[in-house]
Amino acid sequence: MGTKLLSGYRRKELAWLYLFVAPPVLGFLLFGLVPILFSIYISFHKWDMLSDPQWMGLANYKELLADEKVFKSLYNTVYLMIGIPIGMVLSLLLAILMNRKFAGISFMRTIYYLPVISPIIAVSLLWQWILNQDYGLLNNFLWEVFGITGPNWLGKPEWVKPSLILIGLWSGIGGNMVLYLAGLQSISSTYYEAAEIDGAGAWHKLTRITIPLLTPIHFFVIVMGIIGAFQSFSQIYVLAVDGGPEYSGATVVYYIFQHAFEYFNMGYASAVAWVLGILIFIVTLIQFKLSNRWVYQD
Amino acid sequence: MGLPGLGGIIVRRERWTDLWSLLLLLFGSIFMVAPFIWTISTSLKDRRNVFEIPPQWIPDPFTFGNYAKVWQESPLLNGFMNSLIIVVIVLTVGMLVSAMSAYAFGKFEFPYKGVLFLGLLGTMMIPYSVVMIPQYIGFSRLDWVDTLLPLIIPGLFGNIVVIFFIRQYLQSAMPTELIEAAKIDGSSFPGIFFKIALPIMKPALAAQAALSFMGIWNDFLGPLIYLHTPEKQTIQVLIASMQAMYIGQSDYPMIMAAAIIAMVPVIIVFFFCQRYFIESMAISGIKG
Repeated sequence: MGTKLLSGYRRKELAWLYLFVAPPVLGFLLFGLVPILFSIYISFHKWDMLSDPQWMGLANYKELLADEKVFKSLYNTVYLMIGIPIGMVLSLLLAILMNRKFAGISFMRTIYYLPVISPIIAVSLLWQWILNQDYGLLNNFLWEVFGITGPNWLGKPEWVKPSLILIGLWSGIGGNMVLYLAGLQSISSTYYEAAEIDGAGAWHKLTRITIPLLTPIHFFVIVMGIIGAFQSFSQIYVLAVDGGPEYSGATVVYYIFQHAFEYFNMGYASAVAWVLGILIFIVTLIQFKLSNRWVYQD
Repeated sequence: MGLPGLGGIIVRRERWTDLWSLLLLLFGSIFMVAPFIWTISTSLKDRRNVFEIPPQWIPDPFTFGNYAKVWQESPLLNGFMNSLIIVVIVLTVGMLVSAMSAYAFGKFEFPYKGVLFLGLLGTMMIPYSVVMIPQYIGFSRLDWVDTLLPLIIPGLFGNIVVIFFIRQYLQSAMPTELIEAAKIDGSSFPGIFFKIALPIMKPALAAQAALSFMGIWNDFLGPLIYLHTPEKQTIQVLIASMQAMYIGQSDYPMIMAAAIIAMVPVIIVFFFCQRYFIESMAISGIKG
């Protein structure tokens, strides 16, 4: 019966449909699933890619629990997330200022958005020059305007992470600004009109209407920001050479990169990568679980 | 709205708010633009004038020599071409493949559709750092290290973020009746896709292509792992590797010239496709 119902056209259509979805499914198997399984296998081995993999059991995982550098790079990675709330406040403020129609506004948006599209490597190089202790633009500015002798931004362990946060803010707020702008434009003006009739002031409107109604965007920005911070690498590679002074700029991905592609500790690097992957998964899951408590849904 | 007479006051108040907003934005934009201008200025300076204090914004003497020198001394043209080859191939094939599967997932029912789509969405949750090591091992077994293949081949299988975005777009932009009508007219399955669905997807594809271009052109970790010979590197890896050489010699004008060169293509593409960049950022952000 079933074959009769499946008319000639439908059978042909099904063939086409499977053909159309085949490439991404195949890609998922080849570049997703197979590597994942292989990565689990490798993480239980010691392997330098030259000799045969050597079974180690849980030794790699035990080793990383005692590895100070893993914790240091994890601490650095989490520290960089301080930039997320600061960036949210700044980009929301920018979006509110930009959510008006006057001459030059689209030019302004472009200017704030430009760092977002600029290559991260080029941006890191230019900031390396700006943050130069003796001749950099920033320290000159601090001296001329405030009479402060600026620190050795990328040369002192205590200043490396604040420098990275500063650069992250400069290059990231334009992207979040655009998200907030889209969010602001989707808020119906009736909310504000109703609030005005009740005599609400600007502060009230901001804290009682704008910020709560934007919670889906706050949520998106936080989730993506944390995932992005966990994966940060390129800026670190340029700005914190060899992990920076006292390894103060190394992130987890940088640590994995070093072990895999400089020391060829493929097994150990895979174990660290798995710990990071699981950590990202858990943190993201917790955020989704918590989201129904604070994210506003229509 | 409002009472007569109140309109004038509101408009005046709005104008003041506009003015204050503009002033604040202008003030902020100084900090956004200064690094770029400083970079351009440095790239046009003679090496000896770089360390002058207070900093000179307008180079004197003014020279394009750094650009010529960095272009000659390093294989920047190769870097450009390598990046371009990757971008063009991955974008054209990858976008088409993504569009095809987005069409199938978005407009048709077929057995195992849900499982397949969920499986694909699952890949979005895998961080690159987990798969980069096994992928490297696989590609090195194939002897593809130091070629562009590891950076091109995975991109040919489509991209789940793009598929997801276009699927959402199709569900609202393309009525199913359109497909039914074309079927009755005797159009074939690929015929309907290429003649009807693909033109409808154009705006969504353009938006995603703009974002993907930026992602591929600016990618660093992948090319850094795979490309070792300077002539085979992408522009990003090439300028990153120059850092050790030129900053070691405190030759900031050279490295700034190289940085500007690497930025030019993105900025050109951005100016032509600006609308798409900002739209796709906003849309994919909210729907994602």
